[in-house]
Amino acid sequence: MVGRPDEEADVVIRAIVRFLDQRTGTAPFLRKTLRYLFPDHWSFLLGEVALYAFVVLVGTGIYLTLFYEDSTAKVVYHGPYQPLQGQEMTHAYRSVLDLSTTVKAGLLIRQTHHWAANVFMAAIVLHLLRVFFTGAYRKPRELTYWIGLTMLVTSLLEGYLGYSLADDLLSGMGLAIGYAVAMSIPFVGANLAALIWGGPFPGSHDFFPRMYIVHVFLIPALLATLLAVHLALVALKHHTQFRQSRRESERKLVGVPTFPAQTPRSLGLFAAVVAVLFLLGGLVQINPIWLWGPYHTYSATNGAQPDWYLGWLIGALRIVPGFDVVIGNYTLVPNPFWGGALLPLVFFGFLYLWPWLERRFLGERGYHNLLDRPRDAPLRTAIGYAVATEVFLVFLAGSADRVDVLFGLPYIPQIWAYRVLVIVGPFIAALLAYRVCVELQRGERVERERSRAELAARSRA
Amino acid sequence: MGRARAFLVAAAVLLVGRRRKRRLRPGEREPIVAVPAPKSPDAELVAIGLLFAAAACGIAFVVIYVLDRLPAQTQLLGLALGLAFVFLTAALTVTAKWLVPNEELEDDYPEHEHPEEQERIAQVVEESGLTRRKLFALALGAAGGSIGLALLTPVASLGPALHLARFYLTPWRRGTRLVNEQGEPYRADEIEEGSFYTAFAEGADKEGLASSIVVVRLPRNELELPPENAGFDARGILAFSKICTHAGCAIALYRKPMFAPTDPQPALICPCHYSTFEPATGGKVIFGPAGRKLPMLPLTIDAQGFLRAKGNFDSPVGPSWWGVRMKKPTS
Repeated sequence: MVGRPDEEADVVIRAIVRFLDQRTGTAPFLRKTLRYLFPDHWSFLLGEVALYAFVVLVGTGIYLTLFYEDSTAKVVYHGPYQPLQGQEMTHAYRSVLDLSTTVKAGLLIRQTHHWAANVFMAAIVLHLLRVFFTGAYRKPRELTYWIGLTMLVTSLLEGYLGYSLADDLLSGMGLAIGYAVAMSIPFVGANLAALIWGGPFPGSHDFFPRMYIVHVFLIPALLATLLAVHLALVALKHHTQFRQSRRESERKLVGVPTFPAQTPRSLGLFAAVVAVLFLLGGLVQINPIWLWGPYHTYSATNGAQPDWYLGWLIGALRIVPGFDVVIGNYTLVPNPFWGGALLPLVFFGFLYLWPWLERRFLGERGYHNLLDRPRDAPLRTAIGYAVATEVFLVFLAGSADRVDVLFGLPYIPQIWAYRVLVIVGPFIAALLAYRVCVELQRGERVERERSRAELAARSRA
Repeated sequence: MGRARAFLVAAAVLLVGRRRKRRLRPGEREPIVAVPAPKSPDAELVAIGLLFAAAACGIAFVVIYVLDRLPAQTQLLGLALGLAFVFLTAALTVTAKWLVPNEELEDDYPEHEHPEEQERIAQVVEESGLTRRKLFALALGAAGGSIGLALLTPVASLGPALHLARFYLTPWRRGTRLVNEQGEPYRADEIEEGSFYTAFAEGADKEGLASSIVVVRLPRNELELPPENAGFDARGILAFSKICTHAGCAIALYRKPMFAPTDPQPALICPCHYSTFEPATGGKVIFGPAGRKLPMLPLTIDAQGFLRAKGNFDSPVGPSWWGVRMKKPTS
């Protein structure tokens, strides 16, 4: 192909490039972009997966808005789905029910949207783990990291609002819990809840339309903006890399160019993500709201579980022992605050502050383009592992009721076990991680010395 | 592995370097792409086949969409679209691996910083003279801050943030009848031991958190109501707010031992976080995260045998907030 380009294609490409360059002057930029280098490591694809899931979310989400009604006015159901015949429900729930039962391809798009949200969050969390444990957030990339964290927090809220909009029994319970957490904030809780809900739960008829506009416009616009800045920062400072050979260094980046090599790879990954999401959306049922039924404040279902990324919060709400902090008649800290607000606050506070903490207390001051392997920074790995273990234990605690039902392990002793584990677990995890890192380092040192000795012996011989 | 790779890279670099040295014939250009595109007609055929397969799946999606009354239409649609993208993925993978030149190149990382430019920016700001006008800066800050505050103020219109009386309000008063979901009043003799009934204040909006209650009947000799709830039961019938004081979900589980003498006492449980309340002691928390008792509603039985409230709840209904212990509920 090289040296013998198709004459016609050649002419067209030249014409397009000339047209663009004459009107925008971007040919130098475009040429640089084509030859921008992507270091090659599978873990660098996690962020890309999140990006592609976001594209699917926007696409399927736009479709859903064309069918959704944001009204909580009541309607009596007379539709094709027999089990809910004659039941009183909101227009919001009814519209999602109709989309799922009567609109052709409606269920496919809705389920794909929901799956995409789950995959999106999973990809972000794995991406965050990669960035944390390899030290990719260090100078000069702290801004990229903070923006990424902000996208994670925003996406958690976005996902929660998304499944709350369906107004089925499960999502209504989720909203009630959100309301209780808002109420529990010391000094201002009830005021904040009254502001957001327009009065006591379930709130005024403005609440759903507001939630809707936040979910379909405000947060997506914010996410898209943050995403653009995040990617621009990555490109401006170039990607970090592992030292995979002698060629990679703090000054020299080794990778494949955007075009031609990286383009089919990235497009292929995009197609793979879309393929998985549509296959999941079509073949694996998710959130069958017709089975949950419409929400009423006085109804609840057993075995309620949120989407996975909020599992840690329900676990945290469940394992806190029953107490409010009260001074006289003033309730200083209502109980849901601990698990529903303080835990995420401390967790994200830690993540935001970490680059600063590392600089302040571990003397990390350098300018880094090369990544650490987790073993190269045992202290960071140990601390990160402790925090991750804590969140994972709390997450597991959220499934104690399912474990009770499935395996007959009684619920109350399980909760007591978790109450102990969340205190002891992180310390054990940290010690363990530290030991493993040190041992791995030592093993490598021994290996290096042996091969050096062998080499020396061979050259003597 | 790393060494093999390094060797390959070195070989590639050598090859490229040798190519560069070759003298160019007239009309020939120095190549930019470091390695030539591989010539693999087989791979090209495979990629073309895969792309056509993707196209076929795309058409299949449209056909499935148009055909009515297909069983499992959602699944077939998902399968068609999913497979279309699976084939596309495969085609692009073949393209990436065998059809495009796979160069591995080096590039310099950008400079850490530009000290001269930094200095110049600082100088420009300095020479503008603005930084030296202290009062001006202060006034600018004041204007910016107040205008910001002014623009944020309308947010307060979203909800009655300062009027919290409604959080204490309930539809219950002395004499309010207990009705079921259809609005029919409950008779005392309908309430059986071991069952669990949901009731509402007659005429009230059922969705209001303070409207719904759970009604249970216990043997009177098992009641251990605290002094402040003395006389709240109507011949062993007890009523509690149905909304959990922890996170506002509905109490939907009633644990009642079927065979005496089993250990756990009758309890009302919320399925969200398993707060467990004991009806016999007036709604005390016996397990789980709830920070205060379940509000109890005093009951009475009227002359016709219908259940009625004897007053309001003993404490405010719903999730706790800073003021939840400061006032009694109002009607």
